[in-house]
Amino acid sequence: MTVFVTHNQVKLALHTLRNGERPALLLLHALGDQSPSVVPPEFDAWPGPVFALDFTGHGASTVPGGGGYTAEVLMGDADAALSMIGPATVAGRGLGAYIALLIAGARPQSVRGAVLMDGAGLAGGGDRPGPVMVRGVPGRATVPDPFALVELSADIRPAEYVARFAELAAEHSGIATPVAVCGRARPDWLKAVLEVQGVREMSLDEALTTFSQL
Amino acid sequence: MTSPMVEASSFATYPGAVRPARHHWVDSYGVHIAVCEWGPATGAPLFLVHGGSDFAGTFDVFAPLLASAGWRVISWDHRGHGDSDHAPLYSWDADVRDALSVLDAITPDPVPVIAHSKGGGMMLQLAEALPMRMSRLVVIDGLPSPEPHPDVSDHEQRRFSSRNLADWLDHRRAAAATFRKPGTIDDLARRRKRMNPRLSDEWLRYLVTIGARKDADGWRWKLDPAIRFGGFGPWRPDWSLERMKVLPVPLLGLTATVEEEMGWGTNHKALLPFMPPSARLVPFENTGHFIHVEHPNEVAEMVLEFLG
Repeated sequence: MTVFVTHNQVKLALHTLRNGERPALLLLHALGDQSPSVVPPEFDAWPGPVFALDFTGHGASTVPGGGGYTAEVLMGDADAALSMIGPATVAGRGLGAYIALLIAGARPQSVRGAVLMDGAGLAGGGDRPGPVMVRGVPGRATVPDPFALVELSADIRPAEYVARFAELAAEHSGIATPVAVCGRARPDWLKAVLEVQGVREMSLDEALTTFSQL
Repeated sequence: MTSPMVEASSFATYPGAVRPARHHWVDSYGVHIAVCEWGPATGAPLFLVHGGSDFAGTFDVFAPLLASAGWRVISWDHRGHGDSDHAPLYSWDADVRDALSVLDAITPDPVPVIAHSKGGGMMLQLAEALPMRMSRLVVIDGLPSPEPHPDVSDHEQRRFSSRNLADWLDHRRAAAATFRKPGTIDDLARRRKRMNPRLSDEWLRYLVTIGARKDADGWRWKLDPAIRFGGFGPWRPDWSLERMKVLPVPLLGLTATVEEEMGWGTNHKALLPFMPPSARLVPFENTGHFIHVEHPNEVAEMVLEFLG
């Protein structure tokens, strides 16, 4: 089942992959990807309902005209999903992992553990600004939105800025280890996040078992 | 799509204020940008760029002074501002891209640009990315500063708390159903005066008749309610300062000296080490954020001399 959640002018597709009571799991896809249509095997053991969100410009969500993507706006996408499903463990791949961390810091009461996995768009545009460019993407609107690919792969993620979100998650979630790093890639921002107390490397199975028992 | 042109008779008047002679639209990758022009259509083009939560009509006194010197003065409302489309997404880079769309629609040649507040930061970025498109740059109280500015804070870092983040997300959740508060012309002028107490009541009332629309239940600012002061973002202000040092375009910077809530708070002396060698920096004593509104003739004279 798919419902649409409004975020400003954008209609976000929120898919229910499995019904249930609790605990809820929200999946966030990678850059240029979309939600799976069934519960992926690695999440099969999750004891509660499983939801998946298509970010703005991806999957079945609105492709807005004229770009303007930022990771912070996509954090708002994740928040819009949480407003529908209530507190949930948030598991993201690539860009979705970065957004899972941001929302864990911004809504520490609603995110019952963030699971960070490898995938497209994990590094973003790096720790420092690169060459200045004015990027336009001519042509018709397609899915995924080319503006999303261009802008979110250049999105700067300074270590101290990103680590602050991990600190807020640790301070305000009431969870001893609110952020689980389950991938192998280590962009600069993720190295800094791993220095924060409350962030730990663990296997996906361990992370899901831990968070499902909160 | 309705035309941004509104019957001139529906505007209030203000001494020296002249509404633009021409209005047209520019399509910036699907976002409709309202563009306006003062002065002769055959004159050499010159661009004016407004700041965050403002609109091109704030140049109604300043622009005609430049137009009367023969320039074709072009300005536009940023996405979500004035008569331009309320966009699904807003970002610093999108604003700069929209700016280039407007330049592209007018001329491929290098042009002089005069930018206020956040517009200054945007145009510094455009000058660095495409120096061949800009012949000269004047920034009115909008040079980078070590402190985050209220109208660029969604772009820049600050020490944010979980409260800041929750407030921002709450605003996003409500944005789709949010409407600006209606009021009389005086109500809206008073609200704006809290941000810029140095602007006269007469000028603010005039601005309401352009930057707001009259609904059945009162006047509302046209600014997209999804746009909000006081955000957060990954950009560090010192990166802008480092970039300014090597700016490849001749620069004239005007700085205010009186702090306002919606002001830039740029410390003139702190900026000097970051100015490009040929740049000129002029502090305006006892002047607030809208230097070109407080001293239109003096600023116009200085700008015209700089443009040569």
